[in-house]
Amino acid sequence: MPSKSIEKFVEISFGAGILENLQNLVSAALANVKEAQDVQMLDQVRVDYLGKKGQITALLKTLGKLSNEERPKAGAKINEAKQQVEVAIREKKAALEGAALAEQLKSEGIDVTLPGRGQKAGGLHPVTRTLQRIESFFSNAGYSVEVGPEVEDNFHNFDALNIPAHHPARAMHDTFYFDAQTLLRTHTSPVQIRTMETQKPPIRIICPGRVYRCDSDVTHTPMFHQIEGLLVDKQVSFADLKGTVEQFLRVFFEDENLDVRFRPSYFPFTEPSAEFDIKWAASKTGWLEVGGCGMVHPNVLKSSGVDPEQYMGFAFGLGVERLAMLRYGVSDLRMFFENDLKFLQQFN
Amino acid sequence: MKFSESWLREWVNPSLTTEELEVQVTMAGLEVDGVDAVAGEFSGIVVGQVVSKEQHPDADKLSLCQVSDGSETFQVVCGASNVREGLKIPFAKIGAVLPGNFKIKKAKLRGVESFGMLCAESEMGMSDSSDGLMELAENAPVGADIRDYLKLDDSIIEVDLTPNRADCLSIKGLAREVGTLNKEDVTEVAINPVAPSIDEKLTVNLEAIDGCPKYVGRIVKGVNLKAQTPLWMVEKLRRSGVRSIDPIVDVTNFVLLEQGQPMHAFDLAKLDGGIDVRMAKAGEALTLLGGQEVNLKDDTLVISDQSKVLAIAGIMGGEFSGVTVDTQNIFLEVAYFNPVSIAGKARNYGLHTDSSHRFERGVDYRLQAAAMERATQLILDICGGEAGPVVETIEESTMPSEVTVTLRSERVKQVLALELAKADISDMLTRLGMQVTETESGWTVNVPSYRFDISIEADLIEEIARIYGYNNLPVNTPVGALELEVVEEVNTPIQTIKQFWVDRGYQEAITYSFVDPKTQKLVDPEIDGLALANPISADMGVMRTNLWVGLIKAAEHNLNRQQDTVRLFETGLRFIPAEGELDQHQVISGLICGSRLSKGWGNASEKVDFYDLKGDVEEMLALGGQSAYRFEVGSHPALHPGQCAAIYKGDKKIGLMGALHPVLQKQLGIKAQLYVYELLLGDVIEGVLPEYKAVSKFPEVSRDLAFIVDESVQWTQVEEIIRSKAGDKLNSVTLFDVYRGQGIETGRKSLALGLTWQDPSRTLNDEEITSWVNDVVTSLTEGLAAQLRG
Repeated sequence: MPSKSIEKFVEISFGAGILENLQNLVSAALANVKEAQDVQMLDQVRVDYLGKKGQITALLKTLGKLSNEERPKAGAKINEAKQQVEVAIREKKAALEGAALAEQLKSEGIDVTLPGRGQKAGGLHPVTRTLQRIESFFSNAGYSVEVGPEVEDNFHNFDALNIPAHHPARAMHDTFYFDAQTLLRTHTSPVQIRTMETQKPPIRIICPGRVYRCDSDVTHTPMFHQIEGLLVDKQVSFADLKGTVEQFLRVFFEDENLDVRFRPSYFPFTEPSAEFDIKWAASKTGWLEVGGCGMVHPNVLKSSGVDPEQYMGFAFGLGVERLAMLRYGVSDLRMFFENDLKFLQQFN
Repeated sequence: MKFSESWLREWVNPSLTTEELEVQVTMAGLEVDGVDAVAGEFSGIVVGQVVSKEQHPDADKLSLCQVSDGSETFQVVCGASNVREGLKIPFAKIGAVLPGNFKIKKAKLRGVESFGMLCAESEMGMSDSSDGLMELAENAPVGADIRDYLKLDDSIIEVDLTPNRADCLSIKGLAREVGTLNKEDVTEVAINPVAPSIDEKLTVNLEAIDGCPKYVGRIVKGVNLKAQTPLWMVEKLRRSGVRSIDPIVDVTNFVLLEQGQPMHAFDLAKLDGGIDVRMAKAGEALTLLGGQEVNLKDDTLVISDQSKVLAIAGIMGGEFSGVTVDTQNIFLEVAYFNPVSIAGKARNYGLHTDSSHRFERGVDYRLQAAAMERATQLILDICGGEAGPVVETIEESTMPSEVTVTLRSERVKQVLALELAKADISDMLTRLGMQVTETESGWTVNVPSYRFDISIEADLIEEIARIYGYNNLPVNTPVGALELEVVEEVNTPIQTIKQFWVDRGYQEAITYSFVDPKTQKLVDPEIDGLALANPISADMGVMRTNLWVGLIKAAEHNLNRQQDTVRLFETGLRFIPAEGELDQHQVISGLICGSRLSKGWGNASEKVDFYDLKGDVEEMLALGGQSAYRFEVGSHPALHPGQCAAIYKGDKKIGLMGALHPVLQKQLGIKAQLYVYELLLGDVIEGVLPEYKAVSKFPEVSRDLAFIVDESVQWTQVEEIIRSKAGDKLNSVTLFDVYRGQGIETGRKSLALGLTWQDPSRTLNDEEITSWVNDVVTSLTEGLAAQLRG
C-alpha cells in the first residue's frame, strides 16, 4: 500500500479524484490477481492493467498533461503502483505454476515397486566363480595363469612327474585311457611340465582346469577341476610353500585366523610332500584335508630341463569343487555338473 | 593297515594316550583313518563253561543250559545253535552291563528262568555281526574276566599308508617309526635260528633272476595242523583284520604282520621235485586258493615244481599245493621279489592280497632269513615237527644294491629355512635305521634295506622335516622381483567374455567332456569322436566334438523341470580327431530357447529366434573392437539348413550358429526350438587396437530409402552394393525395417534403410547426395531387381 506521504502528495497534485482512481485501479488489479485461477486468467489481468492498452498504462499516458514539476512525482507514483501489481502477478504466477506442476507430478506417479523391465542377468558357474577368485589372488602376487591339453600323453601326465609305469601311484590315479600312450590328464600337473619345458625360471604360475578320474560316487565325479601353483626360483624353501598355502587358504575363506596344518604325505613329483588340512568343526577329526603340496622333486625339474642344483621350486594343488562346496555350503558334488538352473542361479 | 595298539606297545610304549598317538602318527605322515575299540563297553562277563545242555520244554529253538563260572552253576536259556556241552563261552552274569547300557537281569523265557546270558562277539561290541556264540579256547580259564582274558582294553588303529611307506606295513616298522618320533628305543622280538633236526631240503632254481633274486626255503616235517593257534596270536590277527584259518597259515600271516615279510607254506606231499622260480609260459593255468582259476600270462613270475605251477609269485598260492588239515610235512617259502616284477600283476588278474600289496611296494630285502627263523620257531611251538636246513638261493647280481646318499647340512638349511643341530639330525636318521657318517659338509647316509623310498638327498630332507614336525617348521612369504609383464591389450580377457554372456542373461554351464556316443553321433554324424577305452559308463564314452551335446542335455534337463526359457553358455575344449592328430581347441558355445525376455508385466512374451542369438554373438565379437567378421550361409548336420550361418574372421571360418535341425530336435525329443552357436575362443579373444579418426565438425546428411526385393536376396548383397555406390563419404547404412505383407507381392520383401553421409572438411550439398542415391538405386535395380518404393 502507498505510504501516507505519497497519498498526501497525490492528493495535492492530482486532486482526490485521480488518487482515488489510481488506488481503485491497484485494488481492483490486486483483487483480480488474487482471483485468477490459472496462468491464462492471470495473463489477462496483466493485459488489462499493464498491457499496452491497460488501465494503469493509460494513466501513465496522461502524465504529459501535467506540468514539468508535477510530472516526475506523479510518474513515480504511478510506476510504484505498476510495480506493486507486477509483483503480485509474478508471485501469483509462481504459485499457479507450482500448483500446476504439483498436479502434473501427482498425476504422473507410478508404482515404483513394480519389477523392472528387460533381460535378467545370468551368472557364472560356481566353479568359475571360485577359480576366478583364486586366479585373482595369485595374479595379484605375480603368478600367471597357464593352461594345457586335457587329452595328454603318458610322458607329461606320469613319466615326467616321476611316476614310472607300474608304480602303485599310477594305479591310484584311476586313469581314463584312449590307448596305451594317450589318456585324459588325471591332474593339472602336466601343465607344470609343459611350462617348464618352454619357460625359463623364475616361474610363478597357476594352472586351473578340468581333470579326470575313473571314479564316480557321492564324493567323486569322473571329471572335476583342480588348480595348481608352481614357483621355481633360485631360493625357494618349504617355509615359502607353507606361507603361500596358509595365506591362500586364509584369503580364500576370508578368515585371517584360520588354522592350517601340514601333514607329511607322498606325491612322486614332490619331495618333501605334504597334505594340508584346515580346521573344520563339522569334520570328525576337527580337520579337513583340502589339498596337497611339496617341494618340486629334482627328477621333475630335470625332466623339464631345469637344473635342480641351481633352482628349487614348490607346487601345490587343490580341488576346486571341494573349495566351492566348503565356501558355499554345497553338499552334493554332482550338482556342479547337472547344470540345473535352480542350482546355478543361486550363485548369480 | 590295521593294527592292535597293545601289540604295538609291546614293541614300543611311549607315554601317550591313544588320541595323542593317533595325532602323532598322522602328523608324521601315517594318516590314521580310524580308531575303534576292540570291544564295546561292558562289564561282568566272565569265561563260562556249558556244563550241560537240554532242550527247552516249550521252545524248539531254545536250549536250557547249566553254565559254570568256576564256582557256581547257573541255569541259562540260550538261543544260539552252536551251544553245546563242554563249550567255553563269554558268560554275562546277572548284573553284567553290555554295550548300550544293556543290563542283564534274571528273566523268564517261555516259562523257564534264566540267570544270565551267553554272548556272541557282536553282543560284546567286538564285531558288527556274528554267527552264534563266541567260542573260547578249550584252555580258557573258567571264571576269568573276559576283558582280562582276551585283553580287550585295546584299540584297533587303521593307518592309511602312502605307497612309499611299505616299511610301515608291519608292527616292526610302525614301532620303529613311533620309537623315532618319541626318541624311545624299540624292543625287538628276539629271533634265534632254529637248528635243523633233519636233513631234508628242496633244491631251488632261480630262473627269473630279475624278478626273484633271493629265495629261502625250508622243510618242516611232522607238523600237526589240528593244533590250536594260541589265543594271543588269534587275537592279534583278528585285530589286524585277519581271520584265523589253521596254525600254519596263521603263523605265516602273523609273520607278515609282525615283520612285514609275506611268506607261503606248501604241502610238501603235493610237490613234485625242486622249486623253479620262472616266468609263466603262455597257456599255463592255475587254480588259486579259494578256487579261482586263472590263465597265466607270460609276464607273470611264478613258483613251480618240476611238473606244474604252484603259485603266482608274491601274490597268491595255488589251491592244490596249499596246506590242509591233513598236511604233515610242509615246505616254507620266504622270498624277495622285485617290486617292478610284481607291480600291477595282481591287478591284472583282479587280485589284491596282503602279500602283493607289500611286494609291489617293496619288502625288506634282508629280512628273509630272519623271517624264516621266526616262522619256524612259531610253527614248532604250535604244531610241533622237525625242521630241515634253511636253503637260501641268492642271485647277487640282481639283488638291490645298498643306497648311499650324501646329505649336505647347507641344503637342509636351504630347503627347510631352518638350522638344526647336527646331532639332532644324526639321531633322527639313526633311529630310522640309517647308518650315518658325519662328513665335513654333512653326512653320508646308508639307507636301510626296507626304505625303498629313499634314494636322494631330498628324500632324507623329508625324513628330517617329518620327524621334526612339518608344523614346527618356519613359515615365510616368498620374495620375488617385482617385474612388470606385458598384457596384450588386443586380447579380450576370457573373464570379460564370460561376463558379457552373463550380462546378456546367460547362465554359465559346465558339462562333461565325455558324452553319450549316440547323442554325439546324432549331433555330429560326420566326425568319429575319440572313444575312451575304459569309460565310466556307456553314456560317457566319447569325447565331445563340440559343446552342443552337453548344452543340449543341460537344456533338456531344465526343460523337463518346468523351465521354459534356457540360456546357457560354456567354454572348454572340444576334441576333433584329424589325420592321427587330435585337435583340442578352446571354444565358446551357447544355447537359447524359450522367451526372448523373462515372463513379466512389462516384457512382451515373444519367443527367441535366430536373430536374438545372432545379436548376442555379434556383440561378443565386437568386444575385440573388430568389424572384420562375416556371417555367411553355412551348413552343419545338426542345424536347420535355412537357418545356419558360418562365421568368418577374414578367411578363417571360426564358428557356426543356427537353429537346431527339426529332425534332430525330434530325434532328441525336444519340443522347444533350440538355437546354438560355437566359436573358436582364441579368435574371439584376439581383437584390434582402437585407432582414432578425426571427428567431423560438419553436419551429417541422411536419406531414408525403401526397396522391394526378392526373398532370396540377402541383406549383405544389398549392403555391399550400397557401400560400393554411395560414395566415399558414406558413414553408415542402417536397415531399420523388413516388411512383408499387404502391398508387397508374395515372394518379395521391402527393405527400409537409412543412409548417412559426412565429410570431415565441409558440408555436403544436395546435388552430391542425390547423385549417390541415384547410383545406389540404379545399381540395386540392375543388380538385384530391386524396386524403389515411392
